[in-house]
Amino acid sequence: MIGLQHYLTLSAMLFVLSIAGIIINRRNLILLLMCIELMLLAVNFNFIAFSRYLGDTLGQVFVFFILTVAAAEAAIGLAILVVLFRNRRSINVQELNTMKG
Amino acid sequence: MDLMNFAAAAPEMTLLGLICVVLVADLFVAPERRIVTFWLSLVSIGITLWALVSTVPVGRVEIFSGSYVSDGLSQLLKSGVALFVAAAFVYGRGNLAANDLHKGEFYVLGLFGLLGMMIMISANSLLTMYLGLETLALAQYALVALDRTDVKSAESAMKYFVLGAIASGCLLYGISWVYGATGSVEFPAIANAILDNPDINGLPLWFGLAFLIVGISFKFGGVPFHMWVPDVYQGARTPVTLYIGTAPKIAALALTLRILIDGLAGLQEVWADMLMIIAVLSLLLGNFVAIAQTNIKRMLAYSTIAHVGFILLAVFTGTPAGIAAAVFYTLTYVISAAGAFGMVILLSRRGHDAESLSDFKGLNARSPWMALMMMFFMFSMAGVPPFVGFFGKLNAINAVLGVGEVGLAVIMVLTSVVGAYYYLRVVWYMYFEEAQDQALLQADVDTRVLMSVNGLAVLALGILPGWLWTLCLQVAQGQ
Repeated sequence: MIGLQHYLTLSAMLFVLSIAGIIINRRNLILLLMCIELMLLAVNFNFIAFSRYLGDTLGQVFVFFILTVAAAEAAIGLAILVVLFRNRRSINVQELNTMKG
Repeated sequence: MDLMNFAAAAPEMTLLGLICVVLVADLFVAPERRIVTFWLSLVSIGITLWALVSTVPVGRVEIFSGSYVSDGLSQLLKSGVALFVAAAFVYGRGNLAANDLHKGEFYVLGLFGLLGMMIMISANSLLTMYLGLETLALAQYALVALDRTDVKSAESAMKYFVLGAIASGCLLYGISWVYGATGSVEFPAIANAILDNPDINGLPLWFGLAFLIVGISFKFGGVPFHMWVPDVYQGARTPVTLYIGTAPKIAALALTLRILIDGLAGLQEVWADMLMIIAVLSLLLGNFVAIAQTNIKRMLAYSTIAHVGFILLAVFTGTPAGIAAAVFYTLTYVISAAGAFGMVILLSRRGHDAESLSDFKGLNARSPWMALMMMFFMFSMAGVPPFVGFFGKLNAINAVLGVGEVGLAVIMVLTSVVGAYYYLRVVWYMYFEEAQDQALLQADVDTRVLMSVNGLAVLALGILPGWLWTLCLQVAQGQ
């Protein structure tokens, strides 16, 4: 029988994967944006699992809000990415080093 | 449902309507007459302030099924953020116009950020808090990238966006665990659940709490989640830096107080330790690294990190005196910060950003009055009496001593002494060094008047801090 802890474990794994992806990835900013989306989806998974377990719909309502905000966030992130690419002709993470100190 | 209760949310609704008006009106304004948008934005903030003052609640009013609260704290902090956003507009206008960046977006995004901050301050549930936080954060990401042709702007916007999104993710993950453990997202309901059922004060809730603290610390800019602060402060245009460095700090304080004091007060012994570590690290790193900076915006960024340490230590006590000290410290620090960034704007002109510390050399010879104002801000941040920063520090140290943490109070005093070095260095440059840049200051009259009011406010509040402190104590006891 698949219980709450299985869902929570899967969600935690997805969350850790997304953080690891952000830290390990040193090449491509688009991959970084994908990792951020994965992180939010891991959170959604958690909310739905808890919502089902508690028999309370509030968690599912929260998920809809997160999905909406995530869409807006992705739009802004991609817009900044386009601005960055126009200026630098590159989306390499390692080249984001103009400012130091 | 009682419709009249919606009056408690009148400031936000008014502001939202006015933002839409500004947004549409800006489309019909020719670029050379952008000052119309500027005045419309200021009038919008004025009307919002009037709505705030005319809806002062008696005690505590909860509306929207307990998602939204209006109380003394929310009225005080909302008035603060509205005033500082208005100050950012006034300081920023001339500088943006001189650099061909005087766009309607600055005002519209700034106003949307203000709306987000007001929602955060009045949030009574984790959902409302999250939505307010994102409204503010999305506006800020776009504001940092305002100068689309500048490499530094785009790069700092990207860094801010990625780190901000990670912080939101951590905050949300924490919220999901708190929801799972307590079965609720409204702060009073969370507090009651912890009170009624001591069993849930266990590992799952602590796990969620740790992620919440990461999110809070990031939004505040506390060590070790401070990496974005210096880069964003330096990379953004100075008017945007002024915006980001002032009002959002007040909103971050509201975020901290609402979550930790309203919602999770029952877990104080757990979160107090985490806050203490973050605060002490911020005090040490902020003050020591600021010494090494040659760029004034970066120096002020590290000084912000150090001030955040003070604010978090005041919250750490969890007592009404501590909360009042945190509110007082934040409001008064932000006054000095607005002035200091405003001075960077004032010394800049077309094609020249007065970002370097050496731009302040010999300011006394160029403009004695402005040098005096800058000295007020630096003395206030360093905590020299009779300026207001001294009373902020005194109240915070008193609150920490009130819970018997003598060691922490000693750290606060010693790091303040270290901090005094780099603030006084600016004063030294202004009065005892030869000016490298002899150009006349080109600021408009409104900027100069606001700068004088700002500087004199730091002095006046320092001489008469009593009324503001009483107000802070009142709202803290209403918590």
